[in-house]
Amino acid sequence: MIGGLFIYNHKGEVLISRVYRDDIGNRRNAVDAFRVNVIHARQQVRSPVTNIARTSFFHVKRSNIWLAAVTKQNVNAAMVFEFLYKMCDVMTAYFGKISEENIKNNFVLIYELLDEILDFGYPQNSETGALKTFITQQGIKSQTKEEQSQITSQVTGQIGWRREGIKYRRNELFLDVLESVNLLMSPQGQVLSAHVSGRVVMKSYLSGMPECKFGMNDKIVIEKQGKGTADETGKSELGSGKQSIAIDDCTFHQCVRLSKFDSERSISFIPPDGEFELMRYRTTKDIILPFRVIPLVREVGRTKLEVKVVIKSNFKPSLLAQKIEVRIPTPLNTSGVQVICMKGKAKYKASENAIVWKIKRMAGMKESQISAEIELLPTNDKKKWARPPISMNFEVPFAPSGLKVRYLKVFEPKLNYSDHDVIKWVRYIGRSGIYETRC
Amino acid sequence: MTDSKYFTTTKKGEIFELKAELNSDKKEKKKEAVKKVIASMTVGKDVSALFPDVVNCMQTDNLELKKLVYLYLMNYAKSQPDMAIMAVNTFVKDCEDPNPLIRALAVRTMGCIRVDKITEYLCEPLRKCLKDEDPYVRKTAAVCVAKLHDINAQLVEDQGFLDTLKDLISDSNPMVVANAVAALSEIAESHPSSNLLDLNPQSINKLLTALNECTEWGQIFILDCLANYMPKDDREAQSICERVTPRLSHANSAVVLSAVKVLMKFMEMLSKDLDYYGTLLKKLAPPLVTLLSAEPELQYVALRNINLIVQKRPEILKHEMKVFFVKYNDPIYVKLEKLDIMIRLASQANIAQVLAELKEYATEVDVDFVRKAVRAIGRCAIKVEQSAERCVSTLLDLIQTKVNYVVQEAIVVIKDIFRKYPNKYESVIATLCENLDSLDEPEARAAMIWIVGEYAERIDNADELLESFLEGFHDESTQVQLQLLTAIVKLFLKKPTETQELVQQVLSLATQDSDNPDLRDRGYIYWRLLSTDPVAAKEVVLAEKPLISEETDLIEPTLLDELICYIGTLASVYHKPPSAFVEGSRGVVHKSLPPRTGSSESAESPEAAPSAGQAAEQPAVIPAQGDLLGDLLNLDLGPPVSGPPLAASSVQMGAVDLLGGGLDSLLRSDVGGSPAMGGGGGFAAPGPAVPAGMGAPLGSGLGDLFDLTGGVGTLSGSYVAPKSVWLPAMKAKGLEISGTFSRQVGSISMDLVLTNKALQVMSDFAIQFNRNSFGLAPAAPLQVHAPLAPNQSVEISLPLNTVGSVMKMDPLNNLQVAVKNNIDVFYFSTLYPLHILFVEDGKMERQMFLATWKDIPNENEAQFQLKDCSLSADAVSSKLQGSNIFTIAKRNVEGQDMLYQSLKLTNGIWVLAELRIQPSNPTLTLSLKCRAPEVSQHVFQAYDTILKN
Repeated sequence: MIGGLFIYNHKGEVLISRVYRDDIGNRRNAVDAFRVNVIHARQQVRSPVTNIARTSFFHVKRSNIWLAAVTKQNVNAAMVFEFLYKMCDVMTAYFGKISEENIKNNFVLIYELLDEILDFGYPQNSETGALKTFITQQGIKSQTKEEQSQITSQVTGQIGWRREGIKYRRNELFLDVLESVNLLMSPQGQVLSAHVSGRVVMKSYLSGMPECKFGMNDKIVIEKQGKGTADETGKSELGSGKQSIAIDDCTFHQCVRLSKFDSERSISFIPPDGEFELMRYRTTKDIILPFRVIPLVREVGRTKLEVKVVIKSNFKPSLLAQKIEVRIPTPLNTSGVQVICMKGKAKYKASENAIVWKIKRMAGMKESQISAEIELLPTNDKKKWARPPISMNFEVPFAPSGLKVRYLKVFEPKLNYSDHDVIKWVRYIGRSGIYETRC
Repeated sequence: MTDSKYFTTTKKGEIFELKAELNSDKKEKKKEAVKKVIASMTVGKDVSALFPDVVNCMQTDNLELKKLVYLYLMNYAKSQPDMAIMAVNTFVKDCEDPNPLIRALAVRTMGCIRVDKITEYLCEPLRKCLKDEDPYVRKTAAVCVAKLHDINAQLVEDQGFLDTLKDLISDSNPMVVANAVAALSEIAESHPSSNLLDLNPQSINKLLTALNECTEWGQIFILDCLANYMPKDDREAQSICERVTPRLSHANSAVVLSAVKVLMKFMEMLSKDLDYYGTLLKKLAPPLVTLLSAEPELQYVALRNINLIVQKRPEILKHEMKVFFVKYNDPIYVKLEKLDIMIRLASQANIAQVLAELKEYATEVDVDFVRKAVRAIGRCAIKVEQSAERCVSTLLDLIQTKVNYVVQEAIVVIKDIFRKYPNKYESVIATLCENLDSLDEPEARAAMIWIVGEYAERIDNADELLESFLEGFHDESTQVQLQLLTAIVKLFLKKPTETQELVQQVLSLATQDSDNPDLRDRGYIYWRLLSTDPVAAKEVVLAEKPLISEETDLIEPTLLDELICYIGTLASVYHKPPSAFVEGSRGVVHKSLPPRTGSSESAESPEAAPSAGQAAEQPAVIPAQGDLLGDLLNLDLGPPVSGPPLAASSVQMGAVDLLGGGLDSLLRSDVGGSPAMGGGGGFAAPGPAVPAGMGAPLGSGLGDLFDLTGGVGTLSGSYVAPKSVWLPAMKAKGLEISGTFSRQVGSISMDLVLTNKALQVMSDFAIQFNRNSFGLAPAAPLQVHAPLAPNQSVEISLPLNTVGSVMKMDPLNNLQVAVKNNIDVFYFSTLYPLHILFVEDGKMERQMFLATWKDIPNENEAQFQLKDCSLSADAVSSKLQGSNIFTIAKRNVEGQDMLYQSLKLTNGIWVLAELRIQPSNPTLTLSLKCRAPEVSQHVFQAYDTILKN
C-alpha cells in the first residue's frame, strides 16, 4: 500500500510530507530521491511511475505542484493514481485552486485530511460531502451524540457521499449533457473515424435522501420496452425521427447501483449534494456531424496555392452554432496570403502556419465559404508539403450523439415533496473534440 | 491571518521561543505554537527537542490541536521511546471517549507509533475497538490490526486478533468488511502458507454482497482479494464472474481494472465452447477502451495492462485498433505505449491503416517516439508478410528525408527485414549504401556492416566499404567490431582473391590489438577455422540462417500468466514479477492462473493435475534472442562439425589453395615460424592461443567447443539400469530371465540374461511382445545359438524397434512379454524406463520452444520435485543430454538456475521441461508441459533415474 505522500512546489521544496509506513525508510531520503530524479531531472518526464532504488514513486502534477505517492510494495497502481486525483478533488473542494500559497495556508487542514482519507496507506472514504461534515476549517464544533453517530454512519455507510438532513426550500436539479464530437474525414467526404464522448453532469439541490431514476433513449432499454408494449412504442417512434441511440460503453459515479444497471439497465441512485458527474459514455454509431468541411486545394505553379473551403452546417435551422473556428494549415514557405470570406473574420497567422477563420454564430442548414491565395517562396526542398488536416472548433446546443434525457424521476418517501415539485433543467451542449478533415 | 507564515520562521533561538509558547496558558497561543512545530517538521527541521512540551498539549478537548499533537507524536515517538510512554495514558483514555471520532483517532494514531512499549498498551484498547458499537471505530481498528502485525506479528497471533479480524468479514457494515479484507490480505501475504483468508463459497458470497455496497476503495480491496480465490469448478467461476461484471461500469478505473483481473483469471476455468465465455469476451472490450479516456497517468497504467491482455487474449481487442492511434497531445509515455499495442494488434486486415499512421508518427518531434515508430514499421513488415513490400517502400521514403536518426533506425529494421525475407528486397541496398556516412550510432553501423557482409557478392565495392570502416576499428564499439570482423570474413569467403589483405588486417586487429575477450575469441575461431578447413569455414560462416520469428518481444508465457494475476498493480506496469522490485518476504508468493477444471476434463489427467494448478510457478524468462556469442555458436553453426585432424586438412587445403602466399607469410611472421604446419602452403593457427605443433589438441579443442554448444550429432548412450530379474526360475520351470533396457547410438535394445536352472537342456527360444503403448517390438528374432545346458547362462542383446502395434497400457510403460522354449511358454511383464524412447533429434529451436510452451494449455503442466540431487546446473545438463534430454536455454533468475529442456519420444510426442535448481537446495523442481500429459509422470521418473545414477 501507499507508504507515504509528499507534495512539492515547482522548485522541489516539500510542502507536505506524510509517511504511513516504515518500509519506505528514511523520510529524508525518499523525499530527496524524488526531487533529484524526477523534479530536477534534465529530461522531460518519461513515465508517471518511477522506480528509484527499489522504491516506486507515482506522481501527478497540478499547475506547478507535484503530488507524489511512495511505496515499496506491489500496490494497485491504478488505485494510487485514482487516489491522487481524488486527493486533488478534495483539496480543490476545500480551498480552491491547488497552488503553493493555498497549500501552505491550509497545511493543517491537509494533514488532517490525509490522516482521514488514507489509513496505513489504504484509501478510506474520500467523498467531500461526507468529509465536510466533520473536517472543517473552523475546528470541530461540539456535536451532540446523535450528530456524531450520524457522521460516523455516513462515513462508513452505504451512502457515504451524502449526508442526511439536507434541506432546500426549493428542490431543484440541473442536468447538463456535455458531448465532444470527434471526426476524421477524407478529402472526398468519407468518414474515416468518428466518435462522441459524452458526460452527464448533474447539479442537485434536493432535500432529504432522494431516490433518483435517470432515463435516456438508450437503444437497449427502448427495445426491451418495445417487446413488452410493442404498440405503444411503435406509435411514438412514428412521432419523432431518430428514437434511440446505441451506447458503446458507459461508466457511472459510485452512487449508481451498478448491479441494477447490469441486470435491468436502469440507472438509479441517491445523488451527492451539489455538482457531480453522473455518467460518462461513448458512442460511435449514427453520429450527427454538425459541420461538413469541403476543402479544395489547387497548386498553381510552384509558388502559388489556391485554397477554397466551404463549411456546411447540418442541423435544424432554428438552432445556432457558436464559437466557430476553422483552421487551415499553410505551407512553411508561405510568403503572403490573401483571404476573402463571406462571413466572419479570417486572418493568416504566420506563427501558427495557418489561416484562422472565425465565425461568431451560424444557424443550421447554412453554408459559408472562404477562399485564399497563398504565395509561396520558391524552395529547392524536394520534400512535398505534408498537407496537415483542416481542423474545426464549435459549440452547438444539441447532443451530436442523439442522446435525449427521457426522464429524471425523484422520490423522497420521508419528506413531503413529490417528483412534480422538483424543478428540473436540462441542457445539451455539443462541442468539437478533434474535428478534422484531410485536404 | 494565514498559516503560510509558519513556513518562513528561520530565526535563531526559535526552539527556545517555541518552548515558551507551548507552555503558555492561552489555548490559542498553544495551538499556534504546535502549528509552527509541525510546519518546521514538514520542511525538515529537527524539532524533536520539543517532545515533552508538545506531548503536554495532548490533554485537550480541542480536536484540531489533538490531531496536530498526534501527528507530531507519530513522527518523533520512535526517536524518543521513553518520553512517548507519557502519551499512553491519554491514548488509553481517548479510546474510551464517548465520541466515536475520538476513539477511532486514538486507536488509529496509536497503531502508527512504532514503539514496543506503547504496543503493549495498545492490545486492550484495540480489542475493545474491534468490537465497538460504532462502525467507524471498527473499520479503523481493522486496519490497526495490520499495523500492529507489521510491528509485532507474534503479538497479534498470541492475542487472537486474527480471529476477531476474520469475524469482521461477516460484519454488517460494508466498509468494515472491506478494511478487514484489506488487513487480512496484507497479513496473509507475509504468511503464504497460513490460509488466513480461508476463502470458501460462503465467505466469497459475503464479499460479493459487500462489493455492491462499499466505497470505491473498498471495492478494490475486495476485488483484489477475490482474484486470489480458486473456484472449485467452472460453474462457480462463472457465477462469480457474473456478479463481478457490473463493476466494469464503475467510474473509478482501479475498480474496473481489478474487476478485469478477476475476470481474466477466472475465464481460464471456463470452457471456450460456453456461450458465457463469448459474452464475457465481448463485455471486456468496451471498458478497456473507456480506460483510454481517463487522465494520462491512468491511461499509462491501463495501456501497460492492455499490453498484457492483448498478448494473453488477442481476440478481446482485435477490432479496436483505432482507439490506440496516437493523439497529438498525448504525453510521450502514453504515445510510446500505444505504439506497442498497435503493433501487437496489426494484422492483414488493418495493416494499411496502421502503416499510414506510423508514417505520420515518423515525422513527429520527439526523437524516441519517431525512432519507435520507424522500428514499428519494420516490425509490421515482419509480422504481416503481405505488407512487407509496402513497409520497405515506406522505410525508403523515410530514408530520403535524410533525418539522421530516422535513417539510422530505418537501416536497423531493414536488416531485420532481410533476415525475415532473404533475397527479396536486396534492390534497396544501393540506397542504403548512399547513407553510409551519416551513420554514427553503433547499432545502425553494425546493421549496415552486417548487410554489406551478408550481400558482399552483390555489392561491387563491398571491400572498399568495409575497409573504410576498418580505419577506425579501435574507436568503434564492440558491437560494430564484432560485426565488422564477421562481415569481412564473409566477404573473404565470397571473394577470396581480392580481399586477403583485408581479412589479415581484421584478424590481426581483433586478436592482437584488442583487449576485448569476445572479439579476440571470435577472431581466433575464425582464424583457426580458416586455417584448418576453409570449406568447413564456409559452411560455418555462410550457413543459412534460421528465419527470425514474427514477435521477438513477447513476454515469456509463464511470466505473462503470472502478470495477468497482477493486473492493475505495479507488477503489471513494470512487466516484472513483484519479487523483482519488492524487498523482503512480500511478493515471494508466485501467483498462477487457475487450471481449467471443466467437469469432464479433470478425470483424465491423473497425478499431474493437482500439483500443476496449486503449485506456485516461477517466473521464467527465456532470452528471446541469443547473445552475440550464442549467436555465433548456435546460429552460424550449420551441420555438425567435428574437429578433423589438422594434418589432413592442410593437405586438402593445399589442393584448394584458396589463399596465396600473403596470409601465409603473415602467419609465419606471427607465429614466429612454426614450420611443422607451414610446409604445404597451408595454414597454421596464430601463436598466442595455440602452441606450435598442435595437430591433435587443436582438433580436439574445437571438438570440445562444439560439444559444448549442444552436442549436435554426438551419439551417446543413455543411462542403463543394472539388470534385474524379470522371470524367476521357479515360475518358469527353471528358466530365469533377467534383463534391462538400453539405448545406444539411436537404437533400443533389450539386454537379457537367460539362465538355465533346470536339470535339462533348453533350446528353441523365441520371444514375443504384447501390444504396448509405444509399439515396442523385437527387431530381430531371439537368437540363442547353442542349446542352453543346465546351470549355464547366456547374454543376449535383443534389438527393438517401435513399429509394433500400439495399445495404451496401464501403467503406460508396461511391457508384456512371452518367452517360449522347448519346455513351455512363459509370460512376464516388466516396466521399461521411458528414456529409452528419447530420440536423438529431440532438441527444439528456441523460438519453437517458446511458441510451443505457450501453446500447450496450462492444465497440461505438471510439476514434480526431484529430491536429493546436488548437482550443478551444468552437470545436470550434461548428464541429461547423455540420455537425449536437451538443454535449450539456461538462465539465472534470482540466484536460481533455470534450465529449459526438450525431448522427443519415438512416437513424436514432444515434452518440454523447465528445471529449477537452487544453489543450496538439493531438491530440484521440474515442470513438464506436454500435449499428452499422461507421459509426464514417467518422464519425471526418467529424470529421477538419470540424475541419481
